[in-house]
Amino acid sequence: MKYLLLIYENEKRFEKGYEASELGEYHAFKKEFGSKLIAGHALKLTNTATSVRVRDGKRLTTDGPFAETKEQLGGFYLCEADDLDEAITIAGKIPAARFGTIEVRPIMIFS
Amino acid sequence: MSEVDRLFREEWGRLLAALIRAYGDFDLAEEALQEAFAAAVEAWPAGPPANARAWLYGTARHKVIDRVRRGAALAQKLAELGREHEAVDVELDPDAEDAVPDERLRLVFTCCHPALPLDAQVALTLRTLGGLTTEQIAHAFLVPSTTMAQRLVRAKAKIREAGIPYVVPGADDLPERLDGVMSVVYLIFNEGYNQSYVAAAGEALVRHALCAEAIGLARLLLALVPESAAVEALLALMLLTDARRDARVDAAGDLVLLPQQDRARWDRAEIEEGQRLLTAALARGPAGTYAFEAAIAAVHAEAARADDTDWPQIARLYDRLFALHPSPVVALNRAAAVSMAEGPAAALPLLDALAEPLADYHLWHAARADVLARLGRQAEAAEAYASAHRLATNEPERRFLARRARELGA
Repeated sequence: MKYLLLIYENEKRFEKGYEASELGEYHAFKKEFGSKLIAGHALKLTNTATSVRVRDGKRLTTDGPFAETKEQLGGFYLCEADDLDEAITIAGKIPAARFGTIEVRPIMIFS
Repeated sequence: MSEVDRLFREEWGRLLAALIRAYGDFDLAEEALQEAFAAAVEAWPAGPPANARAWLYGTARHKVIDRVRRGAALAQKLAELGREHEAVDVELDPDAEDAVPDERLRLVFTCCHPALPLDAQVALTLRTLGGLTTEQIAHAFLVPSTTMAQRLVRAKAKIREAGIPYVVPGADDLPERLDGVMSVVYLIFNEGYNQSYVAAAGEALVRHALCAEAIGLARLLLALVPESAAVEALLALMLLTDARRDARVDAAGDLVLLPQQDRARWDRAEIEEGQRLLTAALARGPAGTYAFEAAIAAVHAEAARADDTDWPQIARLYDRLFALHPSPVVALNRAAAVSMAEGPAAALPLLDALAEPLADYHLWHAARADVLARLGRQAEAAEAYASAHRLATNEPERRFLARRARELGA
């Protein structure tokens, strides 16, 4: 099954850039689970976010993320795992799991 | 209980676990097994045959294949109008089928998966491994059947959609996952035990089924991790507690407190097994919370008469339990033990210190009332019993507390 691992943590930690040692941990993580990871990216800070919705046929564009919360979506991995337990194991190895929360969501397959 | 009913209770969990493992689908397995038991009632007018388990497993597998074939046949018909569908062969070698694999351990870890809400873990465990009906589980947890049915449907859907596996967790995850399963097991036991005297006759049976189920699950876990002190201690605790079940309710259905219980009605076999398991658990290393609770139950079990109870020992055990698990309820039990070991005057300040966290807890008021009465402060005691009565929800407890309040002139 495919799972999206959504990384939520307080982005204040990254306002002044990323620490080299933490980036090193991400490299090690990608090396360990390379065969399981289909895609993965960090996102720029939420002050770069734009939200778009269409209501009554009219597009409404606003600045900022979907929701203002203490922790923000800061990145994601798309992974292939045998089952939820394997996805949880991978999620637990993402360095951000120590600071924030990883939400594990199965990918919907339309057949 | 008919023989098929008894067989149902004994075999349901094991057969269902094997079918879920074989076909990967809760609902399909459950429906097929229900049909197999229905067929058994017809097929066995003289009672179950010797190979009943194998017969049920084989029949249920046929039913699964029937269902799959019906679904497939329908699709086939649409595709190739009317062409006979080939029969699917099922092996029905009676010898081979006698070895119905015991898959219950995998299933208990699936049912108690932390990705499911706790109430769903409990319900699913009782439904799949215990074979209780949705109505029985709803009854035991005092929720409407429709609520319980929804809870089960949602849990099964999440298992399917999120890919919760049927596996015994690996060594890395086992300790954490085992803790979760033990909490569910103990919760099931307490639900059965604490409410057992509330229930009308029929409900009492269901409630006792909860206790029996919890004990059975703990035995199953112990088979997985025979070296686990925590599982041994949990099983010991439940056995030592369950041993008092019959003595804690009188003929009128009223609650009988520990000092007044007829100890001849305690189940000696359960006590002995509990003591044996506790001794083994304690020999393995530092005791956990279940071990301390079991040790306290064992001290009670060792006293031939209530007056012989080693209260100083119990108070010490509560001290150590509190050090591991500092909850207000443990502190309350500790204060009650101190009142017996050192007298009511020593216990009152301990109880008063718990006023804030336990103000809405009827047993705090009841414990305080007892201590006040023993100090000769009748009016305050009566008032505390009245508060306890106001907060208590189950009938036998309410009757008991009302009687005490009356006796003290409230």
